[in-house]
Amino acid sequence: MKAIGKEAKLKTTDNAPKLDVHKIRQDFPILKQLAYGKPLAYLDNAATSQKPQAVIDAMLRYYTDDNSNIHRGVHLLSERATHQYEASREKVRRFINARDKKEIIFVRGTTEALNLVAQSYGRANVNAGDEVLITALEHHSNIVPWQILCSEKNARLRVAPINDAGEVLLDKFAELINERTKLISIAHVSNALGTINPVRKMVALAHQRNIRVVIDGAQAAPHTRIDVQDLDCDFYAFSGHKVYGPTGIGVLYGKSDLLESMPPYQGGGDMTASVTFQKTTYNTLPYKFEAGTPNIAGTIGLGEAIDYVSEIGLDSIARYEHDLLSYGTESLSQVPGLRLIGTAKEKAGVLSFVIEGVHPHDVGTVLDREGVAIRTGHHCAMPLMERFGVPATARASLAMYNTREEIDVLVAGIHKVKEVFAL
Amino acid sequence: MTDLQDLYQELILDHGRRPRNFGKLVDANKTAEGYNPLCGDKIRIYVKVGGDVVEDIKFEGAGCAISTASASIMTDALKGKSRSESEKLFKAFHDLVTGQQRGPETPDLGKLEVFSGVSEFPTRVKCATLSWHTLRAALSGEGEVVSTE
Repeated sequence: MKAIGKEAKLKTTDNAPKLDVHKIRQDFPILKQLAYGKPLAYLDNAATSQKPQAVIDAMLRYYTDDNSNIHRGVHLLSERATHQYEASREKVRRFINARDKKEIIFVRGTTEALNLVAQSYGRANVNAGDEVLITALEHHSNIVPWQILCSEKNARLRVAPINDAGEVLLDKFAELINERTKLISIAHVSNALGTINPVRKMVALAHQRNIRVVIDGAQAAPHTRIDVQDLDCDFYAFSGHKVYGPTGIGVLYGKSDLLESMPPYQGGGDMTASVTFQKTTYNTLPYKFEAGTPNIAGTIGLGEAIDYVSEIGLDSIARYEHDLLSYGTESLSQVPGLRLIGTAKEKAGVLSFVIEGVHPHDVGTVLDREGVAIRTGHHCAMPLMERFGVPATARASLAMYNTREEIDVLVAGIHKVKEVFAL
Repeated sequence: MTDLQDLYQELILDHGRRPRNFGKLVDANKTAEGYNPLCGDKIRIYVKVGGDVVEDIKFEGAGCAISTASASIMTDALKGKSRSESEKLFKAFHDLVTGQQRGPETPDLGKLEVFSGVSEFPTRVKCATLSWHTLRAALSGEGEVVSTE
């Protein structure tokens, strides 16, 4: 069964300028350290990415020179802080090609963005007997908010299945869409397997029936160019910390007519136009959804991170990482007893694997002592692990600063695992 | 490599590969399930308690080498022990894997000494103690899923 359409491909343009990985590595101070006396090979980028000096400096500069609350002070510092905060919003708008910067809501991360949609749009639009559709690839953060909603509303959560390669079965997905489906929420890129979903096609399928689609873009934003207008998705969520920005800041994009129609998610300062004890009038977009003092430093850091990756160019990044992933896939495939989990045709940045006879957690410990940082466990995708019949996997996940040499160190580390366990 | 050899000693690898007392204990009168969400390790401990004594004990589940070996060696060590002896062993084992000083009344740990290397690997302490926490829950009869988180 053909599960993935051609359009799922990363927008790798072969003529994108080649990226200079050694120059990029110089921008990330954390990568210069040794781990247990060995060069650090940081291959846990799907969990969080490292930060370039420019991002660290921007946040330090903000706290050193400009710290102030936004949108309310008449003084110089507040004006500077507000200006930088709103400049980041414009940078995000450009980064994902939204129509208007009022469609960019700053949140804590992808998780909060998805919860916002579930609690605001979901509670207003999903009723008893309705259905919410997700896929078998989802991270817990794109499962649990919908379970909470469905349980409250007596609605039903449906799950589109995947094949053994870890690709969503598009025909099954299409079959699951029906007159009761009220909302669809899907990962752009799977965190545990790296599968790139054909989200554009999936959005089109949903829109044929006028169903709204949320995309969890946490794992896509660092690896591929995002164009929300081209995807035509209704909501798109991503986190700053996975795209070389700070933790605690993320983005929810929503089409403005939808955001206008939605009730607020949280009440508080800055989300109001006027308040009396009888009635509150809400602020306009995007402020209606930004109650309380936001993560100002984080927002400024995210803006800087977007500048940083935009200068290198997402096309160049995608091209480089694609090459690295192919090299990694080939290298790991040659290790006897190693099984790659997730072998979709279209993948980004993730090498998830198990080794016959060794638990992933033990693999992780041995690799750690070799200076190789990977993630082991269920990757917050327990239903997915169950689908593949493994309790956990070892996952190496790539970023634009990783090298072929680091893949070689990973493979050498895996041989050491086999040595320790006498395999 | 020295640290790794300390952690993955031959005895641990052996019990990890071929756990003793593995399977369901049909005449158990105490049982509990333990779970480590960090790595997905799951274990169920079955105990047959007669009076104050652990007469028999078995376990089943899937986990890493450390948690499997720990459960295996623990079940070997506890057969015939009283509740208070079991509790003292747990305390001593916990001190061992977290690198605490040994008190004057520390009981002889026997084969459990093989887990001393765990103290150099703080992220693996939960693997080593999962079976013990689960045992404690079984003996106290809470019968709920024990989580290391």
